[in-house]
Amino acid sequence: MTAAARNTAPPGPAAEAPAPPLGLLAELTHRCPLQCPYCSNPIALERRSAELDTATWQRVLSEAAALGVLQLHLSGGEPTARPDLPEILRHAAAEGLYSNLITAGVGVTPGRLEELAAAGLDHVQLSFQGALPDTTDRVSGLPGAHGRKRAFAAEVRRLGLPLTLNAVIHRANIEEIPALLELALELGAGRVEIAHAQYYGWALRNRAALMPRREQVLEAARRVEEARVRLKGRLVIDAVVPDYFARRPKACMNGWGRQSLNVTPSGRVLPCHAAETIPGLEFWNVRDRGLAEIWYRSPAFQAFRGTAWMPEPCRSCERREIDWGGCRCQALAIAGDAAATDPACEKSPLHSRLLELAESESRAEQDYRYRGYAAAGPPGAPR
Amino acid sequence: MSADWSGAVVPRLARGTRLRQDPARGGWVLLGPERVLQPDPIALEILKRVDGHASLEEIVTGLARDFSGEPERIEADVRSFLGGLAEKGLVEVA
Repeated sequence: MTAAARNTAPPGPAAEAPAPPLGLLAELTHRCPLQCPYCSNPIALERRSAELDTATWQRVLSEAAALGVLQLHLSGGEPTARPDLPEILRHAAAEGLYSNLITAGVGVTPGRLEELAAAGLDHVQLSFQGALPDTTDRVSGLPGAHGRKRAFAAEVRRLGLPLTLNAVIHRANIEEIPALLELALELGAGRVEIAHAQYYGWALRNRAALMPRREQVLEAARRVEEARVRLKGRLVIDAVVPDYFARRPKACMNGWGRQSLNVTPSGRVLPCHAAETIPGLEFWNVRDRGLAEIWYRSPAFQAFRGTAWMPEPCRSCERREIDWGGCRCQALAIAGDAAATDPACEKSPLHSRLLELAESESRAEQDYRYRGYAAAGPPGAPR
Repeated sequence: MSADWSGAVVPRLARGTRLRQDPARGGWVLLGPERVLQPDPIALEILKRVDGHASLEEIVTGLARDFSGEPERIEADVRSFLGGLAEKGLVEVA
């Protein structure tokens, strides 16, 4: 007879009829004032002229709410670069969606933030590229970014909005994790996300510059565990394990096409933000079809949904409905086959190869190749 | 943390935390930053009484009356449940 609130997990095995999605990541634009070398956007960034208009986003959000989506993550690029963000937010609020703004926080005036809060914004997630000004400015490629983020965080708290700090972790900032947690407390954040870089797209290009050393990873994990205990009740710490140093793969997206969908600036609907790195997948677009039809029927969502697609050793693994086979984009990046066992799993024949890569890349020297439009090559160039 | 609360504290959902119905899956959900929680029937009865006005004592008294339960046991349940949510930053007390 004890009261409990459990994390949602659609019941039963993944059968032909998947459960409705819980979350939608709306990449409103790929434009961004930062140039982080591990950006999760694709190498071929979509241009402003290709972006969905306000009315289409509003229709998508209505369809998402009707489909069962509860949480909306407004992301990019930099979502505040969209002048119509307040209108999109008001629509989300009217549909009952929980709204989370994922922002770099460098170009948002106090007045603009007030407008977003008044439009019904529920929560702000602010990125920091480091705990020290020099680190943030160097990694983001934007001088002065750190100071502007601090000022933005103060405005968020002045308005009473809940704040999460998030940091993508790599060689240049992994030793700043304790300082990041202190920064979060100082800025009044209730939550921190420590997310090790995931090596697809831009981060894969920069892997030799980003990969931390094993001893750094172990020390960071120890510091995070210590802080979790010490700061319990003051700061919630969510940490994503670094794939290249794991024994088991992460349950990527909590399973492909199982809880989340991602809409790109031009309206393509993806099972995860990196899914376009996988060749041969057919993505449907919200300009052409309703979101429910895309969720239940599109070939990209069907491709790796559930467990039927799995090879051995995944298919007979007792963890197949815990980690859902890990990450398809990583299988592609390392094994050359998106349907292979995620090499982050120690049962993968390529697991030792992943460890060797982590070891050698962590000792390599390479300058950052910052994200940008030019780096993608001319329009129409092959990816 | 909840062990230190007096009966007079007034719990409320933190800003950025919302309780709503979930027609697509049935039942209710508690939404917070990167959190979707499904309260069981007892948890839901507690959450519905967390309105920023009722004190801990009033919540316990109301539940004991409506469900003819032992107040001591209900109080232990309420403290444990709301204390857990407070640790996650989803509930605050004033």
